[in-house]
Amino acid sequence: MKLLQPNAQLDGFTIEECIHSGGMAHIYRVRYTEGAHDPGFALAMKIPRMTAGDGAETIVSFEVEHQIMQVLSGPHVPRFVAAGDLENVPYLVMEYVPGRTLAHWLETPERPDAAEIARLGAAVAQAAHSLHQQNTVHLDLKPANVLIRSDGSAVLLDFGLSCNALYPDLLAEQLRKAVGSPAWIAPEQVVGVRGDPRSDIFAIGVMLYELATGELPFGAPQTPGGLRQRLWMDPPPPRKLRPDLPEWLQEIILRCLEPEAAKRYPSAAHLAFDLRHPEQVTVTALGRNTAGTGFGTHFKRWLKAAGMHYQPSPLPAQKIEEVPIIMVAIPHKDVSDATLYSLRQAVARSLGTRPGARLACVTVISTNQTNSTSDDKSETSVHRRYLTNLRQWAQPLDMPGHQTSYHVLESGDVAQALLNYATGNQVSLIVMGAATHGMKMQRFANTVPIKVAMDAPCTVILVKQALPFELLIEQAAKLKPMWNRDLDAPF
Amino acid sequence: MKLALLSDIHANIQAFDACLSHAHAQGAQQFALLGDLVGYGANPLEVLDRVQTLAAGGALIIKGNHDEMAVTPPAEVAHVGSSTAAWTHAQLSPGQHSFLDHLPLTLQQGAVLLVHASVNDPERWRYVTDVRSASASLDAAADRPEVRYVFGGHVHHQTLYYRGAGAGLMPFKPTPGVAVPVPRHRHWLATVGSVGQPRDGNPQAMYALFDADKAQLTFLRVSYDHYAAAAAIRRAGLPAYFADRLEAGQ
Repeated sequence: MKLLQPNAQLDGFTIEECIHSGGMAHIYRVRYTEGAHDPGFALAMKIPRMTAGDGAETIVSFEVEHQIMQVLSGPHVPRFVAAGDLENVPYLVMEYVPGRTLAHWLETPERPDAAEIARLGAAVAQAAHSLHQQNTVHLDLKPANVLIRSDGSAVLLDFGLSCNALYPDLLAEQLRKAVGSPAWIAPEQVVGVRGDPRSDIFAIGVMLYELATGELPFGAPQTPGGLRQRLWMDPPPPRKLRPDLPEWLQEIILRCLEPEAAKRYPSAAHLAFDLRHPEQVTVTALGRNTAGTGFGTHFKRWLKAAGMHYQPSPLPAQKIEEVPIIMVAIPHKDVSDATLYSLRQAVARSLGTRPGARLACVTVISTNQTNSTSDDKSETSVHRRYLTNLRQWAQPLDMPGHQTSYHVLESGDVAQALLNYATGNQVSLIVMGAATHGMKMQRFANTVPIKVAMDAPCTVILVKQALPFELLIEQAAKLKPMWNRDLDAPF
Repeated sequence: MKLALLSDIHANIQAFDACLSHAHAQGAQQFALLGDLVGYGANPLEVLDRVQTLAAGGALIIKGNHDEMAVTPPAEVAHVGSSTAAWTHAQLSPGQHSFLDHLPLTLQQGAVLLVHASVNDPERWRYVTDVRSASASLDAAADRPEVRYVFGGHVHHQTLYYRGAGAGLMPFKPTPGVAVPVPRHRHWLATVGSVGQPRDGNPQAMYALFDADKAQLTFLRVSYDHYAAAAAIRRAGLPAYFADRLEAGQ
């Protein structure tokens, strides 16, 4: 369709100006012609470019985007307003979101520092997670499709290649060639796998790599052979290109770019978590390496990659539900050993059935416990003491394969601090004591566990103190000598 | 216009009634019964009473292999499928035999074509279980260019086959209760599942609702008193196997 001029009218909308003219579509600012239905936000209209020469793919992309935008909700996607009929004039009207695309940060000559890269990455990962929770995988994440609002949150655009597991995937076909933007698409997309949320994590990894180094990790290949390279090849480590980059950031970026999806972050919430807590990232050889991957490893992977082929994926929401972030609230005072023991048992049970889950151990201390004048009350030394307590509590859990992190929060309102933490980190399960966190206040309905259970964004397990403690000791002595060690823990 | 698609009722009056009232509550304006009204279940009389009332009200009704067997039961019981045919035949009145006998094998209403099994030789009761058999059925409908939707039953599973960007047909497992967009410019084939004999391990009855105006197809599961349906089978003296499988949904 040819370019529309300002003041032109279409299906009750008046064109204001063309704000984007791309290969696939024109995007206009529009308003309701009548003015009567003011939706309370600005509007944008996307009109796909469809001429006689266009293949079925442009039409399918329009259908896919229409299908998916209608059902998505939340702050990380533009609100859907209206759509034009494919048989007359196809168009989509949606919320116009003010902000700058991630491309803006790449166009400036200076690279952002590690903290800013982490902030941008966490915003994108959080937006992707919100999409995955709605059974949708974006599959075309790239700087031009990520908008950053002035408050720092991210909005994802362009769902023309996306996949919603609740609807037939019009773009899926066995033995089909890859669909997506060559620079950012994940290895499994190259062989036609659609619907794996970890494909979006790969694309976020490519963007983080770009933000950090100014380079594309795999270039922008034009041939199928060039695209297949990422099935087995690691990109040069970012610190080789930019030595001042912290190891934790390289660790995160390269973990996103693992050729095998199973080696990447299992969910975007896990990625956001690491980007928000760099000090908790365990740096391995991946983060330290500045030399790159050797020929031998690449050759072995190349052989393995030769056999990769299309396979359908399970529901994204189900998949990320299997790798939750579990948060346990550990009281640091007024708590019995039996409660600490029972909390540990509950956490072990919750993690045991979920192999990829990660654990965040959290304690809330009151704000007046630290001050800057006395040395032993300085923030670092107080926090260090509580962090040690948390580690000691978690030590008997012995959890291979589970990432664990420790957090001391300062707040006068314990329940609110726990709730904020859970919301801010996409926690999917909170484990806490039923009778702790305010034992002295038991008679009042509004105890900390009740408040958390009522307002939590996720499931809450309230743990009751297990057996009478003396009995427990007897049993423990019979069963495992190790248990006695727990019970002596210095709380 | 909302069209409720019910197939493979199999003389299960409890499941049939539950689906009918569910469909009414969803705003269904027309009913299509895609065959196998009887067989296996204990209440063929009651089901056919209901069916004939619906027929008088404009419902679209086609014949299934069990309806054919109930009219002319096989002389020998060749397999489990035909073991209740003679019993069913004995329950029904001559009028009901004639009603079943005169049901058509396919019916077309606008863009919708109804068939119990496969459009390709409907009288041979071919099973549409994969992309290949679904393509054969859809291709056989190609001589009716206005047909965009082929709805059938027979296989007791809910599956939607569609053509996307490529030439080949793709299978899709629907999530119950989700309205799936089925735009008219594409071709679609759906097996709507079984009202009275669910066999996927879930005892809930299955049916589907087609909204022609919105071009949406919703696959549904409905809870019903499957213990009562199983008890009726045992009371009627039919093989206990048919009662057990209703309780297990298998």
